[in-house]
Amino acid sequence: MTTTTVSEGIRIRNVSKRYAQQDEANGTLLVLDDISLDIAQGEFVSVLGASGCGKSTLLRLVAGLDSDYRGEIRVDGERVRDTSLERGIVFQDHRLFPWLTASQNILAALRNAPLSTQQKREAVAEHVALVGLEGFEHAYPHQLSGGMAQRVAIARGLVNRPRVLLLDEPFGALDALTRGRLQNELQRIWQHERITMILVTHDVDEAIYLGDRVVTMAPRPGRVKRIAHVDLPRPRERSDARFVRLREQILADFSDQPAPADHTTPGSGLRANAHEPRITEWRLAW
Amino acid sequence: MPSTRPLPRLFSPRKASGPPPCSCDAPVKPERQSALKQRLSAFNWRGLVLPLAAFALWWLVSALHLVKSGLLVSPADVARTAWQQIQSGALLRALSASLAREASGFVIGTAGGLLLGAALGFSRVATRLIGPTFDTFKQISLFAWIPLISVWFGLGDMAKVVFLSLAALLPVAAHTCDGIHAVSPRYVEVARAFRYSRLQMARFVILPAALPSIFTGIYLALIYSWLATLGAEYLLVAGSGIGNTLIDGSEQFRMDLVLFGIIVVGATGWALNALARGVERRVLARRTGVSRERAAA
Repeated sequence: MTTTTVSEGIRIRNVSKRYAQQDEANGTLLVLDDISLDIAQGEFVSVLGASGCGKSTLLRLVAGLDSDYRGEIRVDGERVRDTSLERGIVFQDHRLFPWLTASQNILAALRNAPLSTQQKREAVAEHVALVGLEGFEHAYPHQLSGGMAQRVAIARGLVNRPRVLLLDEPFGALDALTRGRLQNELQRIWQHERITMILVTHDVDEAIYLGDRVVTMAPRPGRVKRIAHVDLPRPRERSDARFVRLREQILADFSDQPAPADHTTPGSGLRANAHEPRITEWRLAW
Repeated sequence: MPSTRPLPRLFSPRKASGPPPCSCDAPVKPERQSALKQRLSAFNWRGLVLPLAAFALWWLVSALHLVKSGLLVSPADVARTAWQQIQSGALLRALSASLAREASGFVIGTAGGLLLGAALGFSRVATRLIGPTFDTFKQISLFAWIPLISVWFGLGDMAKVVFLSLAALLPVAAHTCDGIHAVSPRYVEVARAFRYSRLQMARFVILPAALPSIFTGIYLALIYSWLATLGAEYLLVAGSGIGNTLIDGSEQFRMDLVLFGIIVVGATGWALNALARGVERRVLARRTGVSRERAAA
């Protein structure tokens, strides 16, 4: 199931995370339950799951935005305790600063980078080109389309030349056409930059299309359900028979997902149940 | 493959990292003219109907001598008084005295408000220490301080400036503090991902994000301090000022002088309002989408 142990790359070991619950003074909510995952340097891993399965939480832990968890996360052998310029992150909402232009937003990521002004300027120009936004350097976020804003966000995530890029449903808010185009761009960037990428998504197609492996997570509490290797040559063809078979297997995982009664916190009012919309239904809903 | 892309179109390397790439490269004059034209065509002419009708009615009533009272003066009387006030320099003296007070009170109050608001917004200790007092303080009507101020500072300019500073301080402090608290944690998270220090966070994330709210506070301070100028001149009666012109008029039953004073006060308020709006628009235009030409280009 898992890859061979590596000193390089990301090691996630027995990670559990609890949130204090709002409605109950006594209880805490287990959002991640004993997650273990190894990711090799340069690998593209898709983390797939319905909303509420803790996949974004896992990403935030790897990013270092939240250090309150049990277990251990190591990146290149070093324990994650805080954020790092070695780990770039792209959020679903682009989170560009509205008072800065596109290039200034990218430059803002370099504020603490050990580069000269000239080097920073060059790095910004280079990454503007990387995401194909020449001509829009001086545009403010409100002047950009959703897809363009997300490109700026990707450039901002990459400009520090991180070893890992974490993507939290980066294309979730985009229309289908833009999403497809940006998926191809992301793949091109990944092949070009040769860095590790973790993509959190609830889109099965996207997960298979981009990932070397697809990690499927089950909700309540969030845990790894299955890890599928995608041994298809890139660029992948969504109508390829093997692609379709893999998708069906993964979707079947979600469809006949039994209620995990043993994991349910009693009285939490958050029973995992059959009424949960299936991933297929969601995709139709878009 | 990215390096072989065609050269940027709008991108000129010279200005690549110049701090705010404003639209200074565009020809300024024609843009201004068209903006003025746009403003004129967008102006709500119908808004003039009511004042013009009121003026016509007033003129009609006084011209036909429908009301026999010394308290109803004709527009011509007011115009004559206005001319006399302007010519004798009385208007200039009164207005400059008032505006000088307004300006010093506004500057002192705004500076204090920014400091206080920033302290309340950034520091948890300050919030716990000063917060409750400040919140209570806000609830006290400004005019309730007048007796205290007059005891401490007399009736002269000093007392008035203190009163005006107070009037300006409250909205600036409140809006600065609120603006800082309202900054989205999503931006803070981005800054954390880039390892911003606390100081960098405050300088490059919190303050720019809070700027619109801070501007609202300063804008209100300008308006409030002008309103308070009149109040101060009424209640701390000493020296000259446009408020004293009004008082003189009412004491001498000179309604022409009173009406003239009211017009001056209104016009000054309107001018201050327009000034504040103009500055605000200029500073915040870039992010709110007023300058849309660039996106189209």
